[in-house]
Amino acid sequence: MNEAAHHKDPTGDRFGMWLFLFTELLLFGGLFILYSVYLARYPEEFVRGGEELNLVFGTVNTVILLTSSLAVAMSVTALQRGKIRLTLWLLASTIASALIFLVNKYFEWSAKIHHGIYPNSPELTARSSGENLFFGLYYLTTGLHGLHVLLGGALLTWVFFLVRKGKVNPDDFVTLENAGLYWHLVDLVWIFVFPLYYLIL
Amino acid sequence: MAEAFDASAPDYRGFWVNTSGRSGLYSWLFTTDHKRIGLLYLYAIVGFFLVGVLLGLLLRLELIAPGLTIVSAQTYNAIFTLHGVIMVFLFIIPGIPAAFGNLILPIQLGARDVAFPRLNLFSWYLYMTGAVLALTSLFTAGGAPDTGWTFYVPFSTQTTTNVSLAVFAVFIIGFSSILTGMNFVTTVHRMRAKGLSWGRLPLFIWALYSTAWVQILATPILAITLVLILSERLIGTGLFDPARGGDPIMYQHLFWIYSHPAVYIMILPAMGVISDIIPVFSRKPAFGYKAIAVSSIAIAGAGSLVWGHHMYTSGMSDMAVLVFSFLTFVVAIPSAIKVFNWITTLYQGSIALDPPMLYALSFILLFTIGGLTGLILGAAGTDVHVHDTHFVVGHFHYVMFGGTGFAFFGAMHYWLPMIYGRMYNKKVATAAWGIIFIGFNVLYLSMKIVGMQGMPRRYYDYLPKFQGLNVIATVGSWILAIGLILMFVNLFRGLFKGEKVGVNPWGGASLEWTVPSPPPPENFDEDPVVTHGPYDFKGAGVL
Amino acid sequence: MSSKEPHHIVSYATQVKVWLALLLLTAATVTVSRIELGALHVWAALAIASVKSALVIAFFMHMKYENRAFKYCLLAALVTLATFIGLTFFDVLYR
Repeated sequence: MNEAAHHKDPTGDRFGMWLFLFTELLLFGGLFILYSVYLARYPEEFVRGGEELNLVFGTVNTVILLTSSLAVAMSVTALQRGKIRLTLWLLASTIASALIFLVNKYFEWSAKIHHGIYPNSPELTARSSGENLFFGLYYLTTGLHGLHVLLGGALLTWVFFLVRKGKVNPDDFVTLENAGLYWHLVDLVWIFVFPLYYLIL
Repeated sequence: MAEAFDASAPDYRGFWVNTSGRSGLYSWLFTTDHKRIGLLYLYAIVGFFLVGVLLGLLLRLELIAPGLTIVSAQTYNAIFTLHGVIMVFLFIIPGIPAAFGNLILPIQLGARDVAFPRLNLFSWYLYMTGAVLALTSLFTAGGAPDTGWTFYVPFSTQTTTNVSLAVFAVFIIGFSSILTGMNFVTTVHRMRAKGLSWGRLPLFIWALYSTAWVQILATPILAITLVLILSERLIGTGLFDPARGGDPIMYQHLFWIYSHPAVYIMILPAMGVISDIIPVFSRKPAFGYKAIAVSSIAIAGAGSLVWGHHMYTSGMSDMAVLVFSFLTFVVAIPSAIKVFNWITTLYQGSIALDPPMLYALSFILLFTIGGLTGLILGAAGTDVHVHDTHFVVGHFHYVMFGGTGFAFFGAMHYWLPMIYGRMYNKKVATAAWGIIFIGFNVLYLSMKIVGMQGMPRRYYDYLPKFQGLNVIATVGSWILAIGLILMFVNLFRGLFKGEKVGVNPWGGASLEWTVPSPPPPENFDEDPVVTHGPYDFKGAGVL
Repeated sequence: MSSKEPHHIVSYATQVKVWLALLLLTAATVTVSRIELGALHVWAALAIASVKSALVIAFFMHMKYENRAFKYCLLAALVTLATFIGLTFFDVLYR
């Protein structure tokens, strides 16, 4: 195969990853388009919906994601400096953060569902239009985001093992950078989800 | 390495020789060679095109007489839905970029492959998976989708037909498109040969580059729109349900925010093919190279601003109707610039009417007709009379078929001899072109007239006064079909059994014409250095 | 071409400082949400979120140290999304 003849191009690899991140930006952007339209139409009802969301869960999850972004960013520096064990610890803590985030989400959603708030539920349908739309968008957006947290965690786990095997190393670490970029995107989406859903007070 | 691919050897077959270490079929299914991937796409795309043509012929048979002719109303709805889904998502959108972009782009750039070869193969698998799922939806569960390829709510969220599977299939195909776009943008930025500045790129590359950006930025909106349909159908979120505060017009916004730029994904690469063919067969450099290059970017950009012109009668605000109508006229300008530059390139050129040129010249005529009828549709006042009539159907077949379709056929006749190393019968190819051209115009001109007279689209039935033109159109479809069969048979017969061609059968000046026919596996023995422009025939030594 | 490119290493100190700024901005956005701002509310939230994003993109995602092509392309993507939202509002606001 002609792979071996290929000259490595980490800048090109990062560039390609950014292009992929643009698609994610536009993907979530579509949901934000819908959100912005319905917020403009049903401002008070969106506020009522927002008040029902658990601010503690939201804030804790925000801090978790921001800290996990720090960890993965530091892991790149650590690898560049040849500190393999530190890199692995930082990656492990990022993956752990992903898991904690998902566990929090599970509790958050369970509580809502237990109270009868889920798409097309009798309780929700009986409420105002704006609240129906708010929670429909809430579940879709946080669900899609949660899926990306899961995928990001899986990706970082794979990279963890690549670092351990030495396949990703101080001379060839664009795979770690790219996995990190994906994780930062997950963080970026949440940076907007948090105020638009939890702080719409 | 170099001896195995000695182009002067009588048994030279370039990249067709299996060097992968895998046996026969697997050397294709696990290839990362862009040329093989391009061919995998080509065969699939042509195959799905033929399925789409068959469905189109069935539609025309139903419409040869008013009332129920050969199928039930429900079946008719399913046929035009699948015709649209297959033609749009499996033929026209991937067509030129996936087949010819993959075959030619790296060679035109002086590269050995694209930036991400394994991702490229994955793109093809995504395309095939989506295609199989789309075809499966014809036969499973609630029956073939009957919503039209546009899947408008509320019908698409309520119909019991297999919308969910079809929509999921399109979602997967969309990812194929996105990955191809990412690959091409990165390749153009990072892998150009020495001396190949942006100002020396073939116009085909400028076209593919602009297209790739639209693929990257617009397709995700389609993805989320499809997810929303699934969400409405499967969990009942009610985001487009007026009873729960939702707005069905928002579906149309989200759908067309992708689907209008999608038509530029369809036409830009086609324009790129024409821009490459015309100079070669006029033996003159492209007139207005910069204008053509910039207009590709301009079309990509401006094309993202006009989606509302599909929605004039939907109930959106008058302000939106005004804004989108105005912007639609703006986007016509860069397209017109291209047409003027092509014609000026022809002026005082030494015209060779080989098959690629015939398709290019007829493209200019047919695309212009389609484009001008687009202005009638783009102007809100006139649109109100022809919206959802066969006038629209005629319009988009002129631009998508007379435009992109003809450019696809032209690209086949232009580049495939270099890829296969053999030439088809040019006389038969010319005859096939003539038959296709006649059949095409009989079919679609009739359609436009009957649309102006008021015949609605997507109905199996119509008023008896429309029958005359419908009969003519159906006969046109048969002439067209005969021409297509003749074209494909002649082409593929020639490519597998025809006379061998040497290097540069057409006298082109861009890099793909410096390699033997077929190209060797890594395209170039040494990395090329470019010293002249892509249409500098004197500089390339072919004039 | 060698695979060793001169690649800027972001110091731990910079990264921690950015993280602290992000936490502060998070506290700010929670605080601001409690102030009666009416319609300006969403814009304030978006403004703070944008500053946070800019920090993540510039430092954690390394954009500050990438070449111009990266930055122009990001701008193109952002302008595209803004355009989609903006043009939709020509409909929604004027119904």
